[in-house]
Parts: sequence; structure tokens; C-alpha cells
Amino acid sequence: MAQAVLVFLWAGVSAYAVLGGADFGAGFWDLVAGGARRGAAQRDLIEHSIGPVWEANHVWLVFVLVVLWTGFPLAFSSITSTLYIPLTGVALGVILRGSAFAFRKSVADLWLRRVFGAAFAASSVITPFFLGAVAGAIASGRVPAGVAAGDVFSSWINPTSVLGGVLAVGTCAYLAATYLTADARRAGQPGLAAAFRLRALVTGVVTGAIALGGIAILHSDARVLYHGLTGRALPLVVASGVLGLVSLALLARRYFTLVRVTAAAAVLCILWGWAAAQYPYLLVPSLTVPAAAAPSASLVALVVGLGIGAATFVPAMILLFTIFQRPVTER
Amino acid sequence: MIAEHAAAAAPGALAVARSAAANVDNAALQMGLTLGWHIVLAALGVAFPTLILMAEWRGRRRGDKVALLLARRWAKTFAVLFAVGAVSGTILSFELGILWPRFMSAWGPVFGFPFTLEGVAFFIEAIFLGIYLYGWDRLSPRAHLLSGVPIAVAGLASAWFVVTANSWMNSPSGFRLSHGKLVSASPWAAMINAATPTETSHMIIAAYIVTGFVVASVYAVGMLRGHTGAYHRLAFRLSFWTAAILTPVQVIVGDFSVRYVSASQPVKLAAMELVQRTSRGVPETLGGVLIGGKVVGALRIPDGLSLLNSFSPHARVLGLDIVPAAQRPPANLVHLSFDLMVAIGFGMFFLALWGAWLARRHRPAERSRWFLRAAAVAGPAAVAAMEAGWLVTEEGRQPWIVYRHMTVVQAVNPEPGLWAGFWVVLALYTVLTLVLGYLLARLARAPLPAEPTEADVAAVKVV
Repeated sequence: MAQAVLVFLWAGVSAYAVLGGADFGAGFWDLVAGGARRGAAQRDLIEHSIGPVWEANHVWLVFVLVVLWTGFPLAFSSITSTLYIPLTGVALGVILRGSAFAFRKSVADLWLRRVFGAAFAASSVITPFFLGAVAGAIASGRVPAGVAAGDVFSSWINPTSVLGGVLAVGTCAYLAATYLTADARRAGQPGLAAAFRLRALVTGVVTGAIALGGIAILHSDARVLYHGLTGRALPLVVASGVLGLVSLALLARRYFTLVRVTAAAAVLCILWGWAAAQYPYLLVPSLTVPAAAAPSASLVALVVGLGIGAATFVPAMILLFTIFQRPVTER
Repeated sequence: MIAEHAAAAAPGALAVARSAAANVDNAALQMGLTLGWHIVLAALGVAFPTLILMAEWRGRRRGDKVALLLARRWAKTFAVLFAVGAVSGTILSFELGILWPRFMSAWGPVFGFPFTLEGVAFFIEAIFLGIYLYGWDRLSPRAHLLSGVPIAVAGLASAWFVVTANSWMNSPSGFRLSHGKLVSASPWAAMINAATPTETSHMIIAAYIVTGFVVASVYAVGMLRGHTGAYHRLAFRLSFWTAAILTPVQVIVGDFSVRYVSASQPVKLAAMELVQRTSRGVPETLGGVLIGGKVVGALRIPDGLSLLNSFSPHARVLGLDIVPAAQRPPANLVHLSFDLMVAIGFGMFFLALWGAWLARRHRPAERSRWFLRAAAVAGPAAVAAMEAGWLVTEEGRQPWIVYRHMTVVQAVNPEPGLWAGFWVVLALYTVLTLVLGYLLARLARAPLPAEPTEADVAAVKVV
């Protein structure tokens, strides 16, 4: 049963990464879109693309938290107590991002849109960085099992965490650029599509290169993860690399709809590769999945609740995406 | 070897205890600030969709342009409120772990389950909100109206789930311990605990009353300033009466709640009523504070509490003295909060009666300036009552985080420096409150067309 909960948990992380991650990435592009006049078209596209979906995508984060604390309470408490500084950063980034985005949409004055836009865009970069740093802390075994058992600083200020943070920002930007390319083309804006295509290519190459170079960091800083990634999880790592290359090729040849799938799949392969590499440890090297699992009745309730829940919200979510992916028919 | 270990660990343990003590007050303030802030938006998130749907339904059914315009403009405001509510709620999930990790690791398996269901409900809310807000021009009128229904239903459901988690903290059940360690949990029993019926109904009704009166107060102010057109009158009627018809229900549910508290959390009741010593024929204490063991400045009704509580003037009421001083809640805060909530609750009930009386005499509300003034105050007052009621629940349980099982000091994260988080959060929330208030005021003041047409309705860009 613990395995089933773990699959739900990781499915939630995956969904948040490829859906919520792209929303953060859109904020990254909002940040670098340039002056108010020059960046206006880009910002409109970004607002248009993430507006209807970001709140639903954001719920995956809440989903991950509640599944973790109900299913693996000690892992949750160990992570949140030791990593309270970066997690407070995530929490504040989340509130700043969501509020500023909603605020910006509700006003027309340029100066207010600038202020809120800056807050939205900056927090869209800071938040995934902290989330990546948290992932790096866990992956490099710096979060020991137990409440307040780890170091509040070195747990997340270290090579693997920095790598995690940078990769998270890069991945978000890359995913967003690939999604926005297709959105721009559908919106009949070939100029924007070309711009985002170029950005997707550049961020794809850069992020891929950082990921490759990161292997060296993991070799010296996160041995368990390194051995897992080069051992049991190697097929997934290779698949991710291949999918990454395929995505670049598809982008180059302008298959914008298909590239969304391959780009997201490459990210998913890395996430599941990480999971496979450190399984059965939730917290390397001290807490395994069975040891961390809640009593079985809680796990059963969780699986039943999530199963029924997913049966209702997944179709609803598909409905949401289909409604806003089809062209507008003005009524 | 073991003795050596213990000796080595002891100074560490002492340091942990010290930093827990340093953290606990600020952690409680941080949680209180963010939760108290979120409650207002959460209440609006639960009940506002119902108001919007009522307006849209009326507009569609009767071809009422004013109602449609109202629905669109309310939806525009709601888009902002929901977004801020969603993210300010997410912070709380983080804080449960950041501030109270031992609470979560010890009890997460028992009471975490309703949060999972709340997460599902939150998904439904957010998904259909996206469809509703962005679908005005993409869906048929009927489909659009229907897409709003899941928002209202899921909002109500998520409120219910979240409040069951709080009621569990007041009335923990659904688990078995052996030597202080959790050995088995039954999450369903934990979710449907003894405090669940009264707490969830009291809170959900409060959400509708707060939303109704807050919205009504905006239009009461508008009408006092001379905007007495059809738009303001309709907005006021819809919101005011949604809240007003629930006020008598809330009085009854509130009475049930107090009776439940009296039976299961006697210390909380003792604090609510400033009962120091267990005795018979206890007076009802209105107002006043406890200073140096004496109640000062209170209006006392002889035998009142005994009578209210057990329908007998000589009935025994348990006092704060049934537990040691260290296990007593801050009685003055709890008592004054309780009195404030009850006073405002009855005030709102009388306001509803006043409104009914005016309606019976066919006197339009906008003609009675005193009634409008009272209605304008009712919004902020309703918020104050809700916050006060929440303080009664939470402070009345102190020092426990899980009643009789874990104290807040045991639960708090002892990592050094945690206390600083409060100041960061305070600064951010101050700015957020100011900005949100400014934007909402702007949205409310946006000019209205004298007689709305189809084009005016369509011109309101919801998002």
C-alpha cells in the first residue's frame, strides 16, 4: 500500500513539474520580455496561456504536501523542519506569484501593471529555484530522518542544491518556451512563435548541458544518487537524454505540438529516474519507504480517497485544457 | 556506553528545549496571522460563488441586464479574491510542517486524510473556476451557468473537510496509542469526530453570513452615497438576504456548539465564561476581565450560566481550577472574544429582523439611512465576529495543539532562527493587505452604465 501512495505522490510531483513548472517558466519569460512596449505582445500571450490553468496546476503542490504528510509523516516533518528556510521562501514565492498575477490582470494602468508584473516575474524565478534546492537537499542525503535533525543552512546551501535550483529554473523556462511556441502559433502570431522557438532551443541546450555537467557534481556531492542514476536508473536517464535531443530536433523542424509531449516526457524521465535511483529511500540514507509509511488504515484511506478523487478531477482537468486549447468562437 | 550517550545528548536536548521556547510564541503568531487572514478569503471563496450564480441565474432567466452585469463584475472581483485565497491557503500547508513538524509527524496519519479530500475539492474548484471565469465568451449561457455550480459545491465541501481537521484537534479520536506511540489509525473516525457536526456547520454558515454582509456593506455604502440605482439595489438585496436569513440559524447552531464545548472541553467553556472555581449556581458573566483572581467590570446575571448550560439554576459548572495553571488557556482573551462574537451575532440577527420589518412595511431599504448605516457596519462586524469565534476555538484549546495529547511547545519546530519568519511574514502580509484593499476599492468604484445594455455586459472583461 505504501508503494501505491508513493506512486500517487510522485505522480503529483510529476504533474506539478510539467504543468506548474511551465507556469513558473512563463513567469521567467515575462521577466525577460523587455520594456513595457516591446514585451507587451509576449506578456499578453503569457497571460492568455496560463490564466485559465495556473490555479488548477498550482493545486498539485498542495496535493503533494498533503499526500506526503498523511502517507509519510516523518519524511514530511524531517524535510519541513530542516529545510524551513528555503520552504518559507517557496511559500512566500507562491503567494507573491499568485497574488501579483491576479492583481496585474485586474488593472489597466501601466505603472501598476509594471509593479505587479515585476513581482510576478521575480517570484516565478525564485520559487522554482528554492524548490530545486529543496530537491537537491533531499537527493544529496542532507535531510536526516527526524524533526530538526539537519543543519538549517548547509542542508540547502551546497553544490547539489544549487544544481537542483538552477536545473529547476532552466527546466521551467524550457518547458514554458516549448508550450508557448505552440500557443503563439495557434494564436496566429508567427513572430512570437519564432521567438519562443529560439528560446526553447537555447534553454533546452543550456539546461541539457548543465544537467550533463551536473553528473560530475553528483559524483562528488551525492554519491547514492550518482550510483543510482548510473546504475538502476540508467535507462531512464538515457531515455531523458534521447527525448531531449528529439525535442530539439522537433523544435528545429517546427513540430511544435509534438515537442510539448517529448519535452515533458524528458523531464518526467529525469524525475522518475531520480525516484528510481534513491528507492527505497525517501530520505537518503536513513529513512526507507516502509519505515516512513503511516499505519496501513491511513494508507488505505488515502489510496481510496485519491482514487475516487482522481476519477473526478482528472476528467475535469482534461475538460479545462480542451476548452482552452481550442480556438475561440466568439459568441 | 548508554550513559555516556545520554550525558552527551543532554546539553543538546536542553538547547533544543530552549530554542523551542524561543520559537513557540512567534510560530503561533505567524500561524495566527496567516490563518486569520486566510479565513476571510476562504469564507468569501466558499460563499461568493453562490451569490454570483444567483445573479447570473436571474440575469439569464429574466433577461435582466443589470443582474448579468452584476454577475460579471462580481466574477471579476472574485477572480482576484480566489487567487489570493488559494495561495494564502497553500502557505498554511507549508506552515503546518515548517512550524509544527512534530504535530504533523505524530498525527499526520490520523487527521491528514480530510486534507487529501480537501485537495480533491480544491482541484474541482480551481478547474471549474478557470472554466467559469474564462468561459463567458466560449460557452453557451447554460453551460456557463452550470460550470459555476461545481465551484460552489466544491467550495462548501472543502470548507467542511478542512474544518473537520480542526475539530479533530479539539476532539481527537480515531487512533490507538501504545506507550505514547501511534499504533493504529482510523482516519474516517478521526474525520467524523465529536466536534465535527457543530464546528463544520457553525463555520460554513459563518462563511455565508460574512460573505453576504461584507458584500452588502459595499452596496450599503454606495447607496448612502446616493447610488440608489437598480444595480446597487439588486446587489444589496441578493447579498443582504443571503446573510440575513442565516442569522437565526447561526444563533441556534452556536448554542449547540457551546453545549458541545461545555460537555467535552470544560476548560474552554470555563475560559469563555471566566469561571474560576467549579461550583453551583454560576452566574453568566458578560464582559469584564480577570485581574489577579478577580473578575472586574463584568455584568453578572445570577445563576445565568448554570441555567443556560443545564436548565437549572443550581447546576454545577466546571471551572478553570479542574486543571493546573499551566494547562489553562488565556482566559481573558477567550472570554472577550466569545462575548464579542455573541454580541455581534445577536446584532446581526436584529439587523435581519429590522430588514424584514422594513420589507413587510414595503419600505425600500435605500430610504432608511439608519438601516443602511447599520448594514454598512455589518460587513466588518461579521468579519470581526468570525475572527473572534476562531480565537475562542484556538486560544480556548491552549496550551494544547491536540487536546490533551500534545502541547504547542511539544509540536513546534526547534530549529534555530525560526522565530524570525514571523517578521518576514508580517511585512509581506501588511503590504498584501494594503494592495488588496486598494484594488478591491478600485474595482468597486469602477463607473456603471446608467442603463446597461448587452454591449455593456459584454464589455466587462472578467479576466
